[in-house]
Amino acid sequence: MALELYLDLYSQPCRSVYIFAKKNNIPFDLRRLSLLDGEQYGEEFGKINMIRKAPALRDGDFCLAESIAILLYLAEKFQTPDFWYPADLQQRARVNEYLSWQHMAIRMHGSKMFWLRLLIPKVLGVEVPQDKLDAALEDLNGSLKLIEEKFLQDRPFIAGDHISLADLVAIVEVMQPVGSGLDVFEGDPS
Amino acid sequence: MELYLDMHSPPCRLVFLFAKAVGIPFEFKHVELSTGQHYSEEFGKISMIRKVPVMKDGSFILTESIAILKYMVQKYSSSVADHWYPADLQQRARVNEYLSWQHMNIRAHASKVFLLRAVFPVIMGSEVPKEKMDAAVEDLNQSLNLLEEKFLQNKQFIVGDKISLADIVALIEVMQPLGTGLNVFEGRPKLSAWRERVKKELGEKLFDEAHEVIMKVGSLPEKMQNNSQLEMLRPKFQKLFR
Repeated sequence: MALELYLDLYSQPCRSVYIFAKKNNIPFDLRRLSLLDGEQYGEEFGKINMIRKAPALRDGDFCLAESIAILLYLAEKFQTPDFWYPADLQQRARVNEYLSWQHMAIRMHGSKMFWLRLLIPKVLGVEVPQDKLDAALEDLNGSLKLIEEKFLQDRPFIAGDHISLADLVAIVEVMQPVGSGLDVFEGDPS
Repeated sequence: MELYLDMHSPPCRLVFLFAKAVGIPFEFKHVELSTGQHYSEEFGKISMIRKVPVMKDGSFILTESIAILKYMVQKYSSSVADHWYPADLQQRARVNEYLSWQHMNIRAHASKVFLLRAVFPVIMGSEVPKEKMDAAVEDLNQSLNLLEEKFLQNKQFIVGDKISLADIVALIEVMQPLGTGLNVFEGRPKLSAWRERVKKELGEKLFDEAHEVIMKVGSLPEKMQNNSQLEMLRPKFQKLFR
């Protein structure tokens, strides 16, 4: 049985897993999940992942949640090129540092903007107070600033000269608010 | 190797406990968060993110406790036993799964409950609104339920028969609200039994030493009240209570 990936491409962590698997020609069966339709609460999916979130992986009878864990599992199992998750101690540490930091920073802030600008007003039809939007934008800008000043600095990629999992995980989060009409790249050449 | 730590902070206790438990030598550099030491110019040169823990190994500076733990495991691989971060693909994935999930769940909720109980009154000058407190405790309970039902199940430790990084990462967070008088273990015999097993593996004396400061957290509000940096710290804390 082929490896299965349960994904909803509206979700940033799903996109990072999808892109990584495709880029590395990892064979998988795509199981589309619609989070907006509440498919994660179905009985079948509950057996795959009782946390009821996407992405989820099923490899034979082994089920795994959490995009970071899934990315690391795929990198190791399919022995992807070293630059994705370098064996070098310090380079790997830089990737791990970003992968850890991002949860409570850009991931949280980028998601919040997506909810406040798109999902809540347009899908749920509820108006969002301006001060809430302003506070969320301030947080998002704080995270973007740290990505530029601490994680990237004057390097082409987060870990140095080559792309790694850190850049992949970062870009899918940074793209999320763009979908709601907020151009985060405006005025930010790097 | 230098470790910049404030033992009030769960991720600091994490790297402290692990380094001590496996015998990694380090110099303890104290950072007093309650007086805003992390906002000093000096600390800013160590880490512009201005959080703890921070590791300085020669000229290599690293933040994020999870990254620091993995660095230690890799650097000292010849002396760190496999069970801490197993080489086996599926077991390692289970550790990574927990390490990833916990940020926005147990970590976030246990910290919020701690901050609301220990720090809110002195920062905001009033008691915590009941709905806010109830919501935070409810979130924490949901996370603890998942810890028991999804991650522990009927196993001895999160990955199976042996302790791993996941167990220490979990326990130091679960301990956080304890010093404020909220006994999260009450009515949770499975969690209590697991806690005892983890303590035993790490060494009871070491575990108690790491948690000494957080268990005496009753004195924290007074310390903050009398501190000249309180006004500077106030808006930064207020953001956390949103």
